[in-house]
Amino acid sequence: MSAGVLFDAPGPKARARHRILTGIGAVLALALAYLVWHRLDARGQLRSALWTPLTKPELWNDYLLPGLLATLKAALFSIVLAAIFGFVMALLRLSDVKALRWIAGVVVEFFRAVPVLLMMIFTWGIMIEPLGSERASFWGVVAALTLYNGAVLCEVIRSGVDQLPNGQREAGLSLGLTSSRTLRMILLPQAVTAMLPTLVSQLVVVLKDTALGYNIMYGELLNSAKDAGSNYQNMLPTLLLVALVYIVVNYLVTKLAELLERRIKSRGHTAGSPDAHGGPPAVGVDAGAGLAANSHQ
Amino acid sequence: MSDLINEYHLLDALWMTIKLTILSALGATIIGTVIAILRLSPVGVLRWLGTSYVTLFRNTPLTVVVFMCQAGLYSALGIYFANSSDPKFTDTNSFRIALLGLSLYHASFICEAIRSGINTIPLGQAEAARSIGLTFSQSLREVILPQAFRGAVVPIGNTFIALAKNTTVVVTIGVIETAGFLKAIQESAPDQLNLAFFAVAAFFVLTMIPLGLGMGALAKKVAVKR
Repeated sequence: MSAGVLFDAPGPKARARHRILTGIGAVLALALAYLVWHRLDARGQLRSALWTPLTKPELWNDYLLPGLLATLKAALFSIVLAAIFGFVMALLRLSDVKALRWIAGVVVEFFRAVPVLLMMIFTWGIMIEPLGSERASFWGVVAALTLYNGAVLCEVIRSGVDQLPNGQREAGLSLGLTSSRTLRMILLPQAVTAMLPTLVSQLVVVLKDTALGYNIMYGELLNSAKDAGSNYQNMLPTLLLVALVYIVVNYLVTKLAELLERRIKSRGHTAGSPDAHGGPPAVGVDAGAGLAANSHQ
Repeated sequence: MSDLINEYHLLDALWMTIKLTILSALGATIIGTVIAILRLSPVGVLRWLGTSYVTLFRNTPLTVVVFMCQAGLYSALGIYFANSSDPKFTDTNSFRIALLGLSLYHASFICEAIRSGINTIPLGQAEAARSIGLTFSQSLREVILPQAFRGAVVPIGNTFIALAKNTTVVVTIGVIETAGFLKAIQESAPDQLNLAFFAVAAFFVLTMIPLGLGMGALAKKVAVKR
């Protein structure tokens, strides 16, 4: 049962009603599938000539694999650089120097508020002159994704530090550590561990956002699929395949994030885990989920 | 600056972004509520339909969704949403396709936001409502939904903020909003790129940050004390 809050255990009447609803649901789903199928057929989109190129190695070797590789490469560069940028920003935002906190706050809020695509077009535009158009496309994608996701990760780390029990910081200070060493040696390691699942699910956001590179001529998966689609005259089948690739990759990464979350929870010793410090577990879950929702593109 | 406004129609681009945001927020809320009802229903088939929808749309990049609405629905399947004899057919049709793509994509996030609102309610609340003899619709109306809405304010607000920023993606199918404007500047007046970027960036900073703060304040005000 997905939501025990909403429904009581069904009695005989309710079970009969559910059976009827199951029938209606199945009929509706089949009708929808039939409508789509019929439309595809009427427009000649089911001809085998459109679908067989997908099984040919040329289409994969010339278009889709290089596209997928470009997508993964941009995503990898971006997530690593974003993690570094986000970590540095978090250090600044949590520092004792007011001016540093303030500057980092402005930088992070700016990059979080500006849409990634605008940032991408801008960074691409200013890099065309010095780098040449091909490298400008790649670094435009990486720069925009790094700045945005770095800002998001900074907030994730910061909220992780905020959720730690106060005693952690106090204990560090009583041992005679300076406040910046307390931050670096005691607070951040725990915050990052507790936030690890969020960091991994941020990878899904980055992977999806590489598709924005389509608009600045970066040869990622969507762009190469479009080329393949116009070359083989089978745009729709190729696009469906590309969507499937994205869905499978992102689904796997999401599952990995969930697995990590369970493992960290089952270990249960970190003070940083949401339910380890008395507060209701929903608070920690909400903070993570809210940030993740805020960062989807 | 006056060049940007008179020659490149900065204000039209901003207005387009606002229109796209409001209309697709509406569309996403409607579709998302329907999907959430499916996902929360006690019937397996309906739940499966809702879950599949969310999995499919959440894991596909918005760029691909929007592009597919254009290339798939319109070019390949010949489904269009405007009067084909209208001289402005292409513009109107692209605009409506953009709305469709944005609504479909963000509906999956709205659905998850509503669900997370319901999931914040402790089971005891529902059990208490049933034990004092409230019927299903009474307990929904008096106990469950009021708390669920309050719990869903933050995730729904976050989704709307993300949606406003994501409207830039529809430049992919040629709708001229802020990203289309910036791209046009990049192509024909690259010397103005800095100014143009800071103009559109300022628009988003000045609207999104207050919106986020307002959402936070609202969430704090309506938060359920437990």
